[in-house]
Amino acid sequence: MSGVDPRFYDALARLPDYLGSHVLVSVTALALGLGISLPLAIIATRRPYLRNLILGFASIVQTIPGLALLALFYPLLLVLSALTERMFGAGFSALGFLPSVLALALYSMLPVMRNTVTGILGIDPAVTEATLGVGMTRRQALTMVELPLALPIIMAGIRTAAVWVIGTATLATPVGQTSLGNYIFTGLQTQNWVFVLFGCVASAALALAVDQLLALMESGVSIRKRWRIAIGGLGIALIIAAALAPVFARPAATYVIGAKTFTEQYILEALIEQRLQAEGLSSARRDGLGSVVIFNALANGDIDLYVEYSGTLWANQLKQTEARPREEVLAEIKKWLSENYKIKMLGDLGFENAYALAMSRKQTESRGIRSITDLARFAPQLSIAGDYEFFARPEWKALVAAYGLKFREQRLIQPEFMYQAAAAGEVDVISAYTSEGRIKQHDLIILDDPKRAIPPYDAIILLAPKRAGDEKLIATLRPLLGAIDVKLMQEANLRANGSGRESSPEEIARWMWSEIERKNRPR
Amino acid sequence: MPSARTAIELKNVIKAYDEKASALDRVSLAVREGEFLAIVGPSGSGKTTLLRLINRLAEPTSGTVRVEENDVSVADPISLRRGIGYVFQGIGLFPHMTVAENIAITPLLIGWDKAQRAARVEELLQLVRLDPGKYRERFPAELSGGERQRVGVARALAAQPKIVLMDEPFGALDALTRDALGRDYRELHDRLGVTTVMITHDLTEAALLADRIIVIHQGHLIEEGTPHSLMTSPKHAYVRELVETPRSQAKRLAALMKGAAEQ
Repeated sequence: MSGVDPRFYDALARLPDYLGSHVLVSVTALALGLGISLPLAIIATRRPYLRNLILGFASIVQTIPGLALLALFYPLLLVLSALTERMFGAGFSALGFLPSVLALALYSMLPVMRNTVTGILGIDPAVTEATLGVGMTRRQALTMVELPLALPIIMAGIRTAAVWVIGTATLATPVGQTSLGNYIFTGLQTQNWVFVLFGCVASAALALAVDQLLALMESGVSIRKRWRIAIGGLGIALIIAAALAPVFARPAATYVIGAKTFTEQYILEALIEQRLQAEGLSSARRDGLGSVVIFNALANGDIDLYVEYSGTLWANQLKQTEARPREEVLAEIKKWLSENYKIKMLGDLGFENAYALAMSRKQTESRGIRSITDLARFAPQLSIAGDYEFFARPEWKALVAAYGLKFREQRLIQPEFMYQAAAAGEVDVISAYTSEGRIKQHDLIILDDPKRAIPPYDAIILLAPKRAGDEKLIATLRPLLGAIDVKLMQEANLRANGSGRESSPEEIARWMWSEIERKNRPR
Repeated sequence: MPSARTAIELKNVIKAYDEKASALDRVSLAVREGEFLAIVGPSGSGKTTLLRLINRLAEPTSGTVRVEENDVSVADPISLRRGIGYVFQGIGLFPHMTVAENIAITPLLIGWDKAQRAARVEELLQLVRLDPGKYRERFPAELSGGERQRVGVARALAAQPKIVLMDEPFGALDALTRDALGRDYRELHDRLGVTTVMITHDLTEAALLADRIIVIHQGHLIEEGTPHSLMTSPKHAYVRELVETPRSQAKRLAALMKGAAEQ
């Protein structure tokens, strides 16, 4: 057994939860999709105009990337939820299950509708004429002749839809729906390739199994072998039952911890979860949420707490462009959150994960650059690389305005590769995250920001409105406040780049806690 | 024997041309109960449209169609069709049903019970000369063209209709099967006492099977008469042309056979 990677067992332990949620969301979406697209297609076979309309619509939906479609439903539902809140006094959760089901249902419609229409229209005209000749009503012709004859083609469409839905459901993770995609998203962020592979294999195996069982049922229908229909149906029922058992058997978690899509967030999430468990509080995780999604989820009470960064709220929520001293920013945010959302800002963890400009030590020393003011003089000869959003963010505009920065060249690079690129001299300046472990690893220098153009990015714990007065939770989290300095976080993030058991977020979180306790002891 | 009562009547029927049907212009005709009427005409003449007006698979632009003295335009088309047997060239047997299920379909629709339907299937298979034990559970794909058309005829007769409409019923069959099936059907027609309207483009077939023939040409009813009167004294130029071929063929055949006898 020693040859097996320990991360494999970790993945296996999460399987009941991930698979169960994956099956639940897929089956619901497929049922909803079938319930809509089958009748619609049947109606449309007799109405050419409607047929072109719905098939055209379904085709357009199909061209939207799965991830985008899922993401689109979230704001849509938020608006709806706000509307129902106003009209009926009760909103609903716009996160996770609902947007996933709706988007996936929409995604499943094209193959089912196209095959149903093709199947029915493809019936020999003589047979259609005969249904009239023998005196069948429209409904009888449909149920006794047209549907049975089109069934193999319709079933083929359902199989395609099932495979698509099961595959695309892995993309439901970023909108807050637990699925087999959690392995893939977490794995990609923490460079845990065992997880990535495990997620891919598990979702492919599920899709294949369902496809084959449906194929068995389909062949049973077309050659009138009841046992094939029975075995296929039983197999699918078993998969559903087995997958759903843990979902319903699982005790409802008291606290749901959210995390964004990068390593540091996974580590802090694990750290918080371990603290809650140590105090006997049950918890669940919602990994891989987008920046806007996670804030709305907290405000809506879909998650109970997460770690945010003051500068993000400052720019995205408070719509501030001016950078002010960190204490002021924190105080203002705290007040604003409480007044507008009743969200409690518990406090800061003690480190910043800010945007900053960084260069290799060699570059700074040879040119004598220590601050962004120095950099501005050399900028026209230098190239700068940023992550995908950096150059569109208010921080960049503030930097340009404050220092009059103008570079020779601007490039976009995946964050994981930026630091190495700067160290190797492929680019001169990068937009770094201050808590990133690779800064130290690659011996990069963070340039001073004397004009304070970039707002502070203190890591802060936010509590959902319903947890604002939860004394037990607050007492549990308090030891973390101010306990994590940037050095500790950098070291933790660096550890996560490794590829052993010790690089899992859980192990790193345990190590961090031991460090925190060690520091506290002498006092 | 044809009685004096009218089974089907068309009066001044006009059917404007549309994409689904050829046009008909002021067609009037009457079919007596028990009569075997053949409608002859080239393709596109409107003869199929005429037939489909009777069971309301098509609606006339103007004029009236009566079946058993009732105006079909006010009748429920579904129960009208259940009371009329319909056989057409495409046959349209339901490929996912057995021979027995195909034959019993109209009885099923009008609510016969299982035993009645089974007995009827047995009876009809014998009537169309197919061994019930051998054919009952077969699927249409396992039958020859002639067998399929026999099942088609059995299906049309299943609910004991008084009227049977046939549109080129034997057109796709080889000459031998076609002749055998035609004669078998004529015998059934007489035995069951039904009224039959059959469409064909083959005057010989019409002359050998029907009591009376109507010729349709470009939407007009141009001539009608008994097989004898039509074959011996056609009036319309098109009908004369139509009659010429079988007549000259008959003469040459007669000469051939005479020659053979003298050898």
